[in-house]
Amino acid sequence: MLDRSEVIHIARLARLNLDEGEIERTAIELSGILDHVERISELDLEGIEPTAHAVATRGELRPDIEGASLSRDQALAEAPVTDGVGFIVPSPGA
Amino acid sequence: MSNDPTALTAASSAALVESGDLDASDLFEAWRGRAELDTFGALSWIAEAGDSPEQVDGPLGGVPLAVKDLFCTEGVPSQSGSKILEGYKPPYTASVVAALAKSGAPLLCKTHQDEFAMGSSNENCAFGPVLNPWDKSRVPGGSSGGSAVAVAAGLAPWALGTDTGGSIRQPAALCGIVGLKPTYGSVSRYGMIAFASSLDQAGPLTQDVTDAALLFSQMTARDPRDATSVGHQESIHLPDRKDLTGVRLGVPEELSGEGIEPGVRATFEETLERARELGAEVVPCPLPHAPHALSAYYLIAPAECSSNLARFDGVRYGQRVDPGDGLDAMYSATRAAGFGPEVRRRIMLGTYALSSGYYDAYYGRAQRVRTLIQRDFDEAFANCDAIVTPTSPSVAFPLGSRTADPLSMYLSDFCTVPMSLAGIPAISIPNGMSEGLPTGFQIAGPAFAENSILGIAHALESSIQFDRSGARV
Repeated sequence: MLDRSEVIHIARLARLNLDEGEIERTAIELSGILDHVERISELDLEGIEPTAHAVATRGELRPDIEGASLSRDQALAEAPVTDGVGFIVPSPGA
Repeated sequence: MSNDPTALTAASSAALVESGDLDASDLFEAWRGRAELDTFGALSWIAEAGDSPEQVDGPLGGVPLAVKDLFCTEGVPSQSGSKILEGYKPPYTASVVAALAKSGAPLLCKTHQDEFAMGSSNENCAFGPVLNPWDKSRVPGGSSGGSAVAVAAGLAPWALGTDTGGSIRQPAALCGIVGLKPTYGSVSRYGMIAFASSLDQAGPLTQDVTDAALLFSQMTARDPRDATSVGHQESIHLPDRKDLTGVRLGVPEELSGEGIEPGVRATFEETLERARELGAEVVPCPLPHAPHALSAYYLIAPAECSSNLARFDGVRYGQRVDPGDGLDAMYSATRAAGFGPEVRRRIMLGTYALSSGYYDAYYGRAQRVRTLIQRDFDEAFANCDAIVTPTSPSVAFPLGSRTADPLSMYLSDFCTVPMSLAGIPAISIPNGMSEGLPTGFQIAGPAFAENSILGIAHALESSIQFDRSGARV
């Protein structure tokens, strides 16, 4: 069973505000799901390699040639706050 | 021919356009009229009158396409079912959507989905649930529920969806249509708003198997903008298989016995009998680790989602909530307000599974289980040509019946998740009715065996003769 402090810690890592009720509810829900998925600990996995991708992926490089990309205006068009030059964010130090 | 071109399959319409008996812009307008009949909450956007392309070239004949919300479409809302992306209009179009338009399938409408494709009922959509056209008090399945309903109800001739753990196949089954999840890597993911990158794959939802083959034939490509795309080893042809002589179908007890509703199991058994009559040999085929697939999936997919969804931070696009207490407070407030409960739950679960001290016990173990599941399939395909199971353990369930218990919802993916973890192709075809609702029959094959499973599906479809008229508006 996950406890309160663990839920608060994970929420902090995930950058998600949870109110008091949600902390409580999340602890119960995640514990229920983890009880189920922990059944894989019954399996003997000694010596089994992990699979990250079903197909082999290529670590392929392309030639270092400039191609088409978004213009500044396109890149900023959907930003919630912008000064027309860049993205505006609150101060990290506040 | 019928006077109403929207009564035809996509392939039949494309053939009429090709022969000059049907005008592509008339076809587009006729389907635009059909899309306007949506009373199921299936569509999030419909093309304007006159949006039809002036000229149509290519094998898809101008037959217009419904596209799941999570595909980026330039200048058209692409919200992935989430409040955090409400109204978002991307500056570019997903590779597969652009390729299909070029092949002659222009954009007709966008379809609602579970938020970020996380769900099996389409109830996790920020813009309201989608209703099943067979019974509006029931779910259409998810997460590509809007795409499935668009095709089943005749709002669109065919549709594009995505499948991470069953999100094409399960809604196809619950709505009585065909859904194909292709081999991982055969279709570019560029421009798909990501959920779980090692599993997400785009595929067709269609009226019949021929339409699925036709649409998929124009989707496969190696895309330099998606390093995991490899294209396809074969060109996809339209299936003409009528019998199953010489075909060995494997039935895994683990995915067709316990946990399957009796009515669903009965239709499954009937279709196995049809397969035998068509000449197939039906053999048992153990997948001993399949019962653990769901557990591995619900660690791997949330882990990948927690990483992918870190990009929604209120800076470059989407909504921002700023309590005025600095950058970190803005991130946390934006994400709490923008994500719905299921997405928050999976981000929390994935963050936990990846966090220091738990990584090996959860994510690491799940990846090892994934290896065992792949080996099970490799061994199974040494002994049979395809593996068949029911697509969904149940028929469409009532709205609200599983929302209170996340685990009961996750169990909806029991029969579809193993193939996703193995990256292999699988198709669901309509398989008759149980309790007045459609059931689905799933056929899975080895990687890149789409032509083979489409052929088997075609032979079975011709024998089943499913009547889908009951869902058409």
